Amino acid sequence: MNIEWYIVLSSLLFATGAVGILIRRSPLVILLCLELMLNAGNLALVAFSRMVGNQEGQVFALVVMVIAACEVVVGLGLIVAIFRRKLPLNVDDLRELRG
Amino acid sequence: MEAVLFFLSAIGALGGAVGVVAMRNPFYSVLALIVHLFSLAALFLLLTSAFVAAAQVVVYAGAVMVLYVFVVAYVGGGGESAWEPIPGQRLLAPLLAIALFVELSVAVLSSALLALGTHGPDVPAGFGDPAAIGRLLLEKFLLPFEASSILLLLAAVGAIVLAGRRRPDDEGAGGPSERFAHEANGASGDSSQPLQRRSASEEGPPAPSAAGGPA
Repeated sequence: MNIEWYIVLSSLLFATGAVGILIRRSPLVILLCLELMLNAGNLALVAFSRMVGNQEGQVFALVVMVIAACEVVVGLGLIVAIFRRKLPLNVDDLRELRG
Repeated sequence: MEAVLFFLSAIGALGGAVGVVAMRNPFYSVLALIVHLFSLAALFLLLTSAFVAAAQVVVYAGAVMVLYVFVVAYVGGGGESAWEPIPGQRLLAPLLAIALFVELSVAVLSSALLALGTHGPDVPAGFGDPAAIGRLLLEKFLLPFEASSILLLLAAVGAIVLAGRRRPDDEGAGGPSERFAHEANGASGDSSQPLQRRSASEEGPPAPSAAGGPA
């Protein structure tokens, strides 16, 4: 398969994740959609690394995985903290910081 | 053969992504994301990056998703009641996303990268296997490797601080300012002392019963 197929698939997955972030209300699902977008970026990185023919893009993809894991850990910690304080798990209700 | 595998895993990845967005229950969203991650691992294998595919399955689909499942089980998959606080949001969002997709595709495909239309160069047998990636990580990219490990440690500590058990005098206070005022007054000791004593008596009884349970 040509590399451009992978790139088009990656941008399609990225757009799907963006839709999820725009229309979903639950912070859990928004985190999942962030994962989708990060994975789309990973796919593009690995595809470009294959296109160039060296492995440094794959190392970059591994670092992105680490970043995603950190984001998940902190995000889930926040969600648990929100839940413990008995606040609603809905990003439209959590609007105290909005001007 | 390669095309068949590509389209199968592409359908799996896309179906998983749509499932994450469309499922009402967050638990099903997590399961759809697992499907998506496995399909992506297959795509990584097609791109001859075995180690990234293995890390994807082991770290992502294994560890991170278990974390998600635990949190969904703890928080509960409570439904999203109101879908549209902003009018037209469900209509506008897909339009914006389609625009984003078209823009990304045009930006990449109309670029001057001639190698996009090829399979990529022929690579030696060890391309992307754990030995090659490990050598890169520990020689050329040692500093990013160590930095990311420190970042992981910081994230773990931060999550413990965020989600850990709060002191009981935090719970009742409405906001930070109220809480600080409460702590400042508490030094003279009329209201915080009973709270702490109560918390000590609350902490006391469960410990022996928990310890006695297995025995």
